[in-house]
Amino acid sequence: MTAVPASSSDTLPTLKHDWLPILLPIVLSAIALPFIGNVTTWVTLTVAALAMGMMIFVIASGLTLVFGLMDVLNFGHGAFIAVGAYMALSVLGLLSGWVQVDSLGWNLLALGLAVSVAMVGTGLLGWAFERIIVKPVYGQHLKQILITMGGLIVAEQLIHVIWGGDQKAMALPTALRGAIVIGDFAIERFRILAVVVGLVVFATMLLVLNRTRIGLLIRAGVENAEMVEALGYRIRRLFVGVFVAGSALAGLGGVLWALYRETLTAAIGGDIMVLVFIVIIIGGLGSVGGCFIGAILVAMMANYTAFLLPKVALASNILLMVAILMWRPQGLYPVAKR
Amino acid sequence: MAEMTGTPLLSLAGVHTHIGQYHILQGVDLDLPAGGMTVLLGRNGAGKTTTLRTIMGLWKPSRGTVTFDGRPIGGQPTPDIAQAGIAYVPETMAVFADLTVAENMVLAARSGPMDPARLEWIFGLFPALKKFWQFPAGVLSGGQKQMLAIARAIAEPRRLILIDEPTKGIAPAIIEAMIGAFAELKRETTILLVEQNFRFAASLGDHVAVMDDGRIVHRGAMADLAGDEALQQRLLGLSLDAHQ
Repeated sequence: MTAVPASSSDTLPTLKHDWLPILLPIVLSAIALPFIGNVTTWVTLTVAALAMGMMIFVIASGLTLVFGLMDVLNFGHGAFIAVGAYMALSVLGLLSGWVQVDSLGWNLLALGLAVSVAMVGTGLLGWAFERIIVKPVYGQHLKQILITMGGLIVAEQLIHVIWGGDQKAMALPTALRGAIVIGDFAIERFRILAVVVGLVVFATMLLVLNRTRIGLLIRAGVENAEMVEALGYRIRRLFVGVFVAGSALAGLGGVLWALYRETLTAAIGGDIMVLVFIVIIIGGLGSVGGCFIGAILVAMMANYTAFLLPKVALASNILLMVAILMWRPQGLYPVAKR
Repeated sequence: MAEMTGTPLLSLAGVHTHIGQYHILQGVDLDLPAGGMTVLLGRNGAGKTTTLRTIMGLWKPSRGTVTFDGRPIGGQPTPDIAQAGIAYVPETMAVFADLTVAENMVLAARSGPMDPARLEWIFGLFPALKKFWQFPAGVLSGGQKQMLAIARAIAEPRRLILIDEPTKGIAPAIIEAMIGAFAELKRETTILLVEQNFRFAASLGDHVAVMDDGRIVHRGAMADLAGDEALQQRLLGLSLDAHQ
């Protein structure tokens, strides 16, 4: 047997971990501290940013994989956020006794059921959306933008028909209201729950993407879908699965976002999608890790500037995106593409 | 093929392929015998890569038939063609850069965990892969990526392997050693190799087909072409000069 040598200089390369993007949220929060000038306010804003960042991450994580896998621009993602929130509203309304009792266990059980219904419902809606709206326009970006925006409008109108067009109150379950006070710092209970949910979703995604065959296929497909097919795997079937999972996660994010705002309208999804798109662009299209860091950065920027310079809150995130793309044009963690 | 007997493993009859407005394959007729290596030669733009991609279903033929092991596969989805027993090593190698060498191989072994004996055989052919097993494929050199791309194609036994220009951009020392590895591979399976390096192709090929302007213009035994310089010049011309 003739063996092919490794190379003339057969030395093991040094693996360099790219820590810089991970340091960015720490640097940003440190820069914000002297401008805010008060540590208590800074902690409150930072915890709020972490909670908001986790909710945006939950919403954006599926969308970034959908784009990475099949190059599909889904502007209708906001529909799943809104439908998830309204489905949860209905379930929580039916379980009002469990929601209003001052018991964390009953409250979480009610919330768990509401989230489950919302995720199953938006997952099924995502499946239908992919089959009916997205599938006919694979590979056609302009048509994808137009038809998915059309899908979002139709979904919002259907919400008006089913739940009514008025603004709804989305009250937090009793035990999740108020704050936990630690010394001078008051941390809202629901924000802690949102951070925990976001971290659990992130950890689960990392586990699935790095430790399962399906996850390897998704990562490989994001890099080079054609080669995954040439290895004998049906990338479109995989894509449908990712689309459904991404829609269900958007439903979960919608429930959390509505509870965070304590009100909801049919436009709740469309409203947050600007931030979601900024997150997936600065994170690196198709990168879950980049999406996680990007979500925290965007939420920090939104919260700090809303406090310091409210009029430039949205513009600040666009400036953040421009700055990051000037530094890394493919995003914080670019996915290797063929 | 001049010396082919029996039913061909792969047969292309009158295959036309369009890419957008371009008419690339203009009636390719090619029979591939089971076993050994057939080399597809031709100048740049002759349609060699398009032929491999059409066989693999990555571009759909607009006319003609592609038959593999007696079964029509023309226009079938790529995963079905791969599952029928055809592996593909593209010109770009297409290793998954963010995945480790091990993860690349895990995906290549479609039917489950890799057979340890087969993995050892692959490590015997390409020792670098054992050394870099837990490294991301993106850090490998060009030659090592090529080894991984070929190893992925043979992670499980396949009936036919399509390999597109494996020596392109690879150091001469690696190419020399690749000849030995390919000689062993073609004892196990059938290989259709697209190659511009005529010396590499001549040292390995059993059969040869030459393409020009989207058609096969010559078919025969590689030994006959290798021994006839006038025929080489006529069929390959500048391409031959550039890749000796």
